[in-house]
Amino acid sequence: MKKKNKEDEKTPSQQDQNAFVRSVAEKKYEFGFTTDVQTEIIDKGLNEEVIRLISAKKNEPQWLLQFRLEAYRYWLTQTQPSWAHVTLPEIDYQAISYYADPTAKSKGNDKQEIDPELMKTFDKLGIPLEERMALSGMAVDAVMDSVSVKTTFKEKLSEKGIIFCSISEAVQQYPDLVRQYLGSVVPYRDNYFAALNSAVFSDGSFVYIPKNTRCPMELSTYFRINARNTGQFERTLIVCDEGSYVSYLEGCTAPMRDENQLHAAIVEIVVMDNAEVKYSTVQNWYPGDSEGRGGVLNLVTKRGHLRGVNSKLSWTQVETGSAITWKYPSCVLSGDNSQAEFYSVAVTNNHQEADTGTKMIHLGKNTRSTIISKGISAGRSQNSYRGLVRIGKNADGARNYSSCDSLLLGSQCGAHTFPYMDVHNNTATVEHEATTSKINEDQLYYCNQRGISTEEAVGLIVNGYAKDVINKLPMEFAVEAQKLLSVSLEGTVG
Amino acid sequence: MKAEQQYIELYREAAETITQRSCPVMNAERDAAFGVFQQQGFPTQKVERYKYTDVAAAFAPNYGLSLGQLDIQPSRYIYSFKDSPINLAPYYNKIADGADSITALNTALAHEGLLIYVPRNEHPEAPIQIDNWLRGTAATMMHRRTLILLEEGSEATIVMNDKADHPSPHFLTTQVMEIVCKANVHLDIYEIEETTPLCSRFSNVYIQEGRDSVVKHNVITLQGGLSRNLCDVYLQGENAEVTLGGCAIGSRQQHIDNNTLIQHQVPRCQSNELYKYVLDDQAVGAFAGKILVEKDAQKTTSQETNANLCASSEARMYTQPMLEIYADDVKCNHGSTVGVLDQTALFYMLQRGIPEAEARTLLKNAFMGQVIDQIQYRPLRDRLYVKVEKRFRGEHEKCEDCRLCK
Repeated sequence: MKKKNKEDEKTPSQQDQNAFVRSVAEKKYEFGFTTDVQTEIIDKGLNEEVIRLISAKKNEPQWLLQFRLEAYRYWLTQTQPSWAHVTLPEIDYQAISYYADPTAKSKGNDKQEIDPELMKTFDKLGIPLEERMALSGMAVDAVMDSVSVKTTFKEKLSEKGIIFCSISEAVQQYPDLVRQYLGSVVPYRDNYFAALNSAVFSDGSFVYIPKNTRCPMELSTYFRINARNTGQFERTLIVCDEGSYVSYLEGCTAPMRDENQLHAAIVEIVVMDNAEVKYSTVQNWYPGDSEGRGGVLNLVTKRGHLRGVNSKLSWTQVETGSAITWKYPSCVLSGDNSQAEFYSVAVTNNHQEADTGTKMIHLGKNTRSTIISKGISAGRSQNSYRGLVRIGKNADGARNYSSCDSLLLGSQCGAHTFPYMDVHNNTATVEHEATTSKINEDQLYYCNQRGISTEEAVGLIVNGYAKDVINKLPMEFAVEAQKLLSVSLEGTVG
Repeated sequence: MKAEQQYIELYREAAETITQRSCPVMNAERDAAFGVFQQQGFPTQKVERYKYTDVAAAFAPNYGLSLGQLDIQPSRYIYSFKDSPINLAPYYNKIADGADSITALNTALAHEGLLIYVPRNEHPEAPIQIDNWLRGTAATMMHRRTLILLEEGSEATIVMNDKADHPSPHFLTTQVMEIVCKANVHLDIYEIEETTPLCSRFSNVYIQEGRDSVVKHNVITLQGGLSRNLCDVYLQGENAEVTLGGCAIGSRQQHIDNNTLIQHQVPRCQSNELYKYVLDDQAVGAFAGKILVEKDAQKTTSQETNANLCASSEARMYTQPMLEIYADDVKCNHGSTVGVLDQTALFYMLQRGIPEAEARTLLKNAFMGQVIDQIQYRPLRDRLYVKVEKRFRGEHEKCEDCRLCK
């Protein structure tokens, strides 16, 4: 386990314990700074004109504008869903600006030149945009607000025929590919937030791995919200062609603000015959302060379609941020013998609320899926697992195993499990098990006995508990995730 | 609102007759309940607890309302509401969920009620058996209302049988059963359904438990058309314990939906749930069980298990075991499986010369045995073993003269 910072280690005295907890809560979100950069923000509000404006700014073809408008018209007919176990505030969609471009200043001169302020920001976040400085061998697409700032290693990847660029660029350069796959996994009619995203999506990444290619490096997108009163609506599309492999990472942070910020993203993944995609997320949006003020509303739709035989998709997520998380990375297993995995650690503290899980839709024969979910709730937070396993009529020999564990730290929080299993085939085997408990007193006592303070012991136990999932993350992320876990739970014991 | 309309009209026409034949305690709740029903109508499948059952379709046929009088000879423990030895007002329609449309409809239309009352510290020697026999030639609906009140320190075993003449016309039963258990009560209650494919049953059972009480509730669905059993348990006294059991055997177009909610409202209570389904032909099974542990209900232990076998390619199973927990010092588990018979066990038996059909029956019996083993009352347990085995062999008594089967 990673050692904590010196300043966080001081133990609170009995009387000013609350003050200590508060100070830690305020301190711990280390990405809460804002960048002072000239940002072009369009007027607040949402209407067809705004959509036309976004589309025009990106110089989009007519079909895409049409797609956006159809999505918008559909969105108008829908109402904000309320079924999740979170208290989603009434969002005023007219009070949000749907496009913020921090690169506007540099665009006038040279397109390749990036504002040094932006470079500094990403440096501060630990995301190297200079290729020579990148040690990790990871290609990064850095997105701030509505625009992709830079994509690294593009040339090196293109030698292998791999396309890795922002989706706006892909629309210009590979319109046929984008048109073929955009909205094919998550149609705009899928849900309320998917419709909203389809109407106003700004930037995100596009990945195409050609046949029989193993992507030589980890691909990564880093999302950053910076501007005030804007929403981020990114859209990621990953297509992995026959016999290929790619590992994709996603990270995100936002400044500390008193008001909620909206983030409604869509991720679509298409996996062809014998291909494999690994998608890992470390979600660390600003979670709001210890009183529950502010924080990002994280309302995303993520889905992978396993179209080919023997295809494989694995979702791994570590969710520590956001005031409200509403996220169900799903898999549609259409290809015979396809395999899907979902590994999740969701940590909620203070007033955070998370309703997250997955959907595994088995359609092909001998399809297999595994769900491992670990929820940790502390403070006054609510943490729910919600999952669906559906075995279609023709999914002979389908197999699912789900395991959902919840850990409660503190008597004010809640942990909930809502699994749904719909089985329409008699040769399928579906198993689900869940447990909810608090940290075992014996384990704590054992650690105390050996001179480990209670707070550190809790950290150890929680990390051990989450290990099944953390182990699935790529190396660089695993270290990051472990650090995040201990920081997120700071101040919950004692 | 089509299906609702005929019930709204029926109530307007029949309210007066029902009121005349009923008793004041029931009449007092009637109009308010009708108001709720009129406003809400039947729950659609968008209502979470009715997700798997199309209620409006079940109520759509034109049923005649049964207004016959119960002929209950007042005995030591069994009464009709009219002959109640105690004031029922503090209990009637109090723990039932008034916002539930089926409960509201039942409260509006039920004209008679059955009371099982066990006074303080009394232990009836023999189990109390209630048989509900559906007979007749025209499509009929019944609205049954039962109140079970066990005073402090009492004990009872209650067996309720739902039966129907075979073959039967369309029958529809709604049942609302309120069970109030005071401190230190021991109650075993069994509901056994053996009706016909044309019978629909909507049963809402509400159980309130006081300190140190122990309740076992089992629903055994052997034969029927549509069976919907809702069971809500409120653990309101410390150290109370509840065990919910269910065994459902579905074939042909049977639809079996069990929906449970156990609310742990105080510390140190215990709950266990075990539901098992075997589904054949085009049968549809649904199970949704929620354990809710409230903020102060520390030291709760809870175990929920749902295991299901799908024996044909057209059978469907929906299962949804849920935990909603607001206290930290708890131990709650749930497990749920849907699968096929253990292939290695089957192979082992075939190897030893047991014919495949026989081997399958043996395995299914063993599978259900786990639920039946929980039954405390020995004669009933033995009878159910025989019935379940016959059911799997297709020799169940209702199968003998049934023209629908085979």
